[in-house]
Amino acid sequence: MSFHFYGGVHPDDKKSLTNQAAVTALPPPEQLVVPMSLHIGAPCQPTVAVGDTVKMGQKIGDSGAPVSAPIHAPVSGKVIAIEPRLHANGTMVNSVVIENDGLDTPCETIAPHSEEELRDPEALVKIIREAGIVGMGGATFPTAFKITSGKGKVDTVIINGAECEPYITSDHRTMLEHPEELLKGIELIIRACGVEKATLAIETNKQDAIDLLQSKDPAKYGVEILPLRCRYPQGAEKQLIQTVTGREVPPGGLPAAVGCAVFNTFTAYSVYRACYEGMPAIERVVTVSGSAVQEPKNLLVRVGTPLGYIFEHCGGFRKDPDKILMGGPMMGNAMHSLNVGTIKGTNALLAFCEDEDKTVKNPTCIRCGRCAEACPMHLLPMYLYLFERHDDYANMDKYHIMDCIECGACTYSCPGRLHLTHSCRTGKAKMTAKRNAEKAAAEAAKAKAEAEKAAQGAGKEGK
Amino acid sequence: MELNKKLVVSSSPHIRNPEDTRSTMLDVIIAMVPALGVAIYVFGLQALALVLVSVAASVFFEWAYRKIMKKDSSIGDLSAVVTGMLLAFCMPANAPLWLPIPGAFFAIVIVKQLYGGIGKNFVNPALAGRAFLFSWPVLMNTFAAPFGYESILNIGADAVTAATPMGSLHAGTLPEDSLVNMFLGFIGGSLGEVSALALLVGGAYLVLRKVISLRIPVSYLATVAVITVIFPKNGCDNLQWMAYNLLGGGLMLGAIFMATDYATSPVTKKGQIVYGIGCGALTVFIRYFGSYVEGVSYAILIMNVCVWLIDKVTLPRQFGVSKEDRRRAKEQEKEAKKKAKEVAAQ
Repeated sequence: MSFHFYGGVHPDDKKSLTNQAAVTALPPPEQLVVPMSLHIGAPCQPTVAVGDTVKMGQKIGDSGAPVSAPIHAPVSGKVIAIEPRLHANGTMVNSVVIENDGLDTPCETIAPHSEEELRDPEALVKIIREAGIVGMGGATFPTAFKITSGKGKVDTVIINGAECEPYITSDHRTMLEHPEELLKGIELIIRACGVEKATLAIETNKQDAIDLLQSKDPAKYGVEILPLRCRYPQGAEKQLIQTVTGREVPPGGLPAAVGCAVFNTFTAYSVYRACYEGMPAIERVVTVSGSAVQEPKNLLVRVGTPLGYIFEHCGGFRKDPDKILMGGPMMGNAMHSLNVGTIKGTNALLAFCEDEDKTVKNPTCIRCGRCAEACPMHLLPMYLYLFERHDDYANMDKYHIMDCIECGACTYSCPGRLHLTHSCRTGKAKMTAKRNAEKAAAEAAKAKAEAEKAAQGAGKEGK
Repeated sequence: MELNKKLVVSSSPHIRNPEDTRSTMLDVIIAMVPALGVAIYVFGLQALALVLVSVAASVFFEWAYRKIMKKDSSIGDLSAVVTGMLLAFCMPANAPLWLPIPGAFFAIVIVKQLYGGIGKNFVNPALAGRAFLFSWPVLMNTFAAPFGYESILNIGADAVTAATPMGSLHAGTLPEDSLVNMFLGFIGGSLGEVSALALLVGGAYLVLRKVISLRIPVSYLATVAVITVIFPKNGCDNLQWMAYNLLGGGLMLGAIFMATDYATSPVTKKGQIVYGIGCGALTVFIRYFGSYVEGVSYAILIMNVCVWLIDKVTLPRQFGVSKEDRRRAKEQEKEAKKKAKEVAAQ
């Protein structure tokens, strides 16, 4: 039995472009750029120096901060530079540039972990942290921290196999090609979280994966498979929790607040590889698709592979692309350069050339209310759009702009072609900036008052 | 790899629903075609001529205003065509052919464009245009009889006129027309409003195409049904009184095509139901107690101006906050205020 989430849209999923294509390993390029920030949280400090020889899977960056994940060399070779390079998020980030020696010499640390270790939840969390595993669905939240911070609060573990974004088939192919490994990975997550079982939620446009996984006796691993109707944004954390458990995460809260923890399918598969093979998170299946791509494919790509190199391996472009996206078409980021490396959460690379975003000169709201019907968070995007334009902070707050999950359903559904999601994003940034400024002002006023008091006191003593 | 042209960088999402304003308006136009067909059948080509004049005038005023004000043309969105059709739909079929022109001017220029164009008007342009045309009360209140033409092809010729069922209802008696004729549209009245069947077919199309939801039409019609079945005038049969009230006048046209106008109806789900109930109650109120025989257009116009208020007081429940959570928060707030007051009093 599953519940429904509120609203949503149903875009053409375009998955048939790649859902029959088996995953092939992309030979790593001659040079890889590995940014020291491949996750949400504190960036890593390089643990290697220019001129060092590194082996595949060797740790090259780490941080002492709790919300962080170490980074490993995706290939063996030589460190030729450590310098700021363009990151997929559009900023310059300190990166380790490795010249590939083409040998893929594995690091000594890559070895299966013992059965004893795998039985101990504490040891499992340590393995997951050391393997640098983060949320592979795109959020890249460090997995080990998610497990430890949810300890004692989480009673339901959900594995996200919804893959609700159009075009993307990387998790679908992983389920089809590694069903047992995936189930074993989920078994390990269940153990690390200290719960009884997990629900693997899959949309029914992946019926073959549902059937295959059902035939592998998932109950043996403590996994229950839940088929879901297709609807975007089913795979958004809050919506998936609502669909699976009927619970709603309170505003500003984390899934743990309603006893849930959500892990992506590929994260579970990465946990399997880290535990049973000792392989850290250095590669991910990436769907390369979109109207401008000559041969859409599913590729196993090492972290830090430049986008241009990947597109070249898909036959290049059929037509000059207008837009290159990292991630899905609903929540992915537009890139301005092909000299950017993939990151741990890169599940898709898309190139569009057919005016997919249908931009118009004069976007006009006709008050049809479709954005309100599409919004899974019960918001009224057409009003938030007005309030944001007029810097109406009181109303932005009253209409709960901070609840927006930026899923893009409102913009997608808008017949007037407004950039509603963008307004919400800007509005949220404005609200945060204002709150921070107010906080700073209040603190400054307090400090000033205290200083005056102290000065008065000192003055009295002086008398 | 080198690129030949610069990449577009914009914020997500990067794909759009194929449906836009133009396709939505086209759906509304398609939904009005059955009613137009019945109008031509019942009142002759004169009905079509009125609709064409009205549409042409609406599109012209929309184009001319934007041209004079040096704004980008907006006739491509087809909303002026919809306004033109609706305006003609609420005129008698025997109205002179020039009559839609001042109505279209008022609807498009004064009501719609002066407030900023599509989506910004606060009352329904077609209904406001109709209200404006009551400056010619005789022309607007003399209705052609069904099949009162000498030839279906006659345009502009004087047709036989007749009383409408609404006149009888206003006087407190059941009309002579049969309910079947009322349903099919073989009665006197404004040209687009006569056939409940054709309007319901159009409404079903709009609901299936998800252009409108059932919330406004159903809450509107249900309210009229409930009030009329409980309080028939002059001891008429309850069910018959209700049926004639539902099928008569502009109720179907109003509930399906006018009250659902996007710009002038609420966007919240609760708000749409409140708005539908308000339209229904006001319609019956005007029909029972007003001096006009028909109350639909004024009921909708009055509710139009309440829309911003309705939206404000019917905000959806915040995600993750149950009704109980909200009640608790309110109680806490109250207590805090009370305490603050007590402290202040001391």
